[in-house]
Amino acid sequence: MTLLRLEPRGEASRAMVYLTPLIAVALTLVSGFLLFWAMGFDPVKALHAFFIAPVSSVRGVGELAVKATPLVLCAIGLAIGFRANVWNIGAEGQLTLGAIVGGGIALAFYGEGGWWLLPLMIVGGMVGGALWAAIPAFLRIRFNASEILTSLMLNYVAVHLLNYLMHGPYRDPEGFAFPESRLFEADAVMPLLVAGTRVHLGSLFALLAVAGGWFLMARTFIGFQIKVIGLTPTAAGYAGFNQKKIIWLTLLLSGALAGLAGLGEVAGPIGQLNPTISPGYGYTAIIVAFLGRLHPVGILLAGFLMALSFIGGEAAQIALGLPKAITGVFQGMLLFFLLATDVLIRYRLRFGAKTAPKPIAGRAAA
Amino acid sequence: MSADLALIGPVLAAMLTAATPLLFAALGELVVEKSGVLNLGVEGMMLVGAVCGFAVTAQTGSSTAGFAIAALAGAGTAALFGVLTLLLLANQVATGLALTLFGVGLSALIGQGFVGIPIPDVPELNIPGLTDLPVIGKALFGQDAVVYLGLAMVPAVHWFLYGTRRGLILRAVGENHAAAHALGYKVIRIRFLAVLFGGAMSGIAGAYLSLDYTPMWAEGITAGRGWIALALVVFATWKPGRVLLGAWLFGGVTIAQLHVQGLGIDIPSQLLSMLPYLATVVVLVLISRDIARIRLNAPASLGKVFHPDA
Repeated sequence: MTLLRLEPRGEASRAMVYLTPLIAVALTLVSGFLLFWAMGFDPVKALHAFFIAPVSSVRGVGELAVKATPLVLCAIGLAIGFRANVWNIGAEGQLTLGAIVGGGIALAFYGEGGWWLLPLMIVGGMVGGALWAAIPAFLRIRFNASEILTSLMLNYVAVHLLNYLMHGPYRDPEGFAFPESRLFEADAVMPLLVAGTRVHLGSLFALLAVAGGWFLMARTFIGFQIKVIGLTPTAAGYAGFNQKKIIWLTLLLSGALAGLAGLGEVAGPIGQLNPTISPGYGYTAIIVAFLGRLHPVGILLAGFLMALSFIGGEAAQIALGLPKAITGVFQGMLLFFLLATDVLIRYRLRFGAKTAPKPIAGRAAA
Repeated sequence: MSADLALIGPVLAAMLTAATPLLFAALGELVVEKSGVLNLGVEGMMLVGAVCGFAVTAQTGSSTAGFAIAALAGAGTAALFGVLTLLLLANQVATGLALTLFGVGLSALIGQGFVGIPIPDVPELNIPGLTDLPVIGKALFGQDAVVYLGLAMVPAVHWFLYGTRRGLILRAVGENHAAAHALGYKVIRIRFLAVLFGGAMSGIAGAYLSLDYTPMWAEGITAGRGWIALALVVFATWKPGRVLLGAWLFGGVTIAQLHVQGLGIDIPSQLLSMLPYLATVVVLVLISRDIARIRLNAPASLGKVFHPDA
């Protein structure tokens, strides 16, 4: 008989829903401590350089908001889809297309801009992301093709497309063959919100997305349909909910938000188009969505935490010579620990063998 | 011999090599999915295998040791997935994604000291007389052992799944885990073993890229091949023989993309690089549109969480 086993709870534990992300963060920190130690760094110093030093200044906190912006925008959209069992893994590509379309508008009207340029770019970015997400939506509905695989494949296509544009049509004509576009003009750049930082208008959009996402899920009939389809598709079918409509809606919405995130990057902190506009925001947003419990407010908090992992990675690289790849390891570990501890929501751990009723031989072996 | 004909031999040989990593990864995932588990972490396991295999070969000079360690490393990462999804009942889709994200980071971390380091060649078969045959000699008789192992795995996996009692049990677990459990089969143990096998195969697939195909270590060396392998399993409607067909098809697309550039056709290289990914989407669409066929062939318990007390 096993020493440790899982016993189903009567109902899901509300407390654990909020506790497990904290437990996961704690376990990640402990693992990070051990990892730094194993790599021969002073773990206390390394953790300080990674998680505390970068946010000890106004500028640092501002950078946190700058990095959290694309993560939150992408994750809000993804989470709404995940709720409906629509697995859009293509936020990275949709983000890229948002940058390509929205940034392309900035380049097309170079030298002829006006107050209307930035709004047009924002709309363009959202449309670009939504159209890219429309491809997996169409293929899923019309041909039953897994949106997981198609949306992911399109990430690679989008990156190659961006690369092509940067080496061809989008390249700065005065740029000595560097694969970079012209710097955007003042009319094509997101206004800054806080002096002394790089926090830009995109952060406000991210907050709006949080509020809008909450309203959609908690207060509208569509949000209700999304939740029912995700929890019990059969019941949704009996209720006559249109699953195709929900697939379209969730993919287009998450695509538009990811596109907005991409536009916000090129018209915000980057200020131009180049081949490396995202350090994997679209992928990290998946972690943000889960860590935030697929809830908009949770996603906001998780977005800041994951933004810290990006900034911390950069800071630790400079301060201690830690490899930058450690960011990805931290992010992956965090999601692992979260998924592992989530079992506590619906099950409780019990020590020792089951007592009554006496199990049939071998049944409790799992 | 005309110039066109002379090209066939190298192209055929290159296609077989390009197909090999896909073949290993897809065959491994096929067994996993046949047991009812969907592991989306193939890309991550391949990367960990690629970097561990490369590190060991760079240190010891032995590519055999490299492949062995790669298989172990792949199985090790797969074990993480197994613990989470099978013992702790985590969502398989989310855990698979986590495994890929983790693998990307971990492999970059391990590999940072190995970028640009040379390694010894993997020895290739050389049968005097046969390997020198025109056109097909190099393709058929001049490959390294891993290519042949990959080809041998196709009938081996088929035989295991459809010719042995253990294979029958594995398929039963994948079709209906509750019934298999009621008959007394150890659902979780069987699935765990399948997941480990899939991880080992992915590890070898990754090591083939870093030790043989490229051969070097670079971050993200797999470039989405793990995901293409997942698509291949669907394309193959969960049949080992058709996995081989799909792997060759994609090997062909990869090589075609290189040769189009060589032939001087004026398409920007970045656009040509999209081909394998676009081909994956097209192939996936063509096969998935036949819903009845997918339903008939997909393991019925695929991706569903199993808890014996539930």
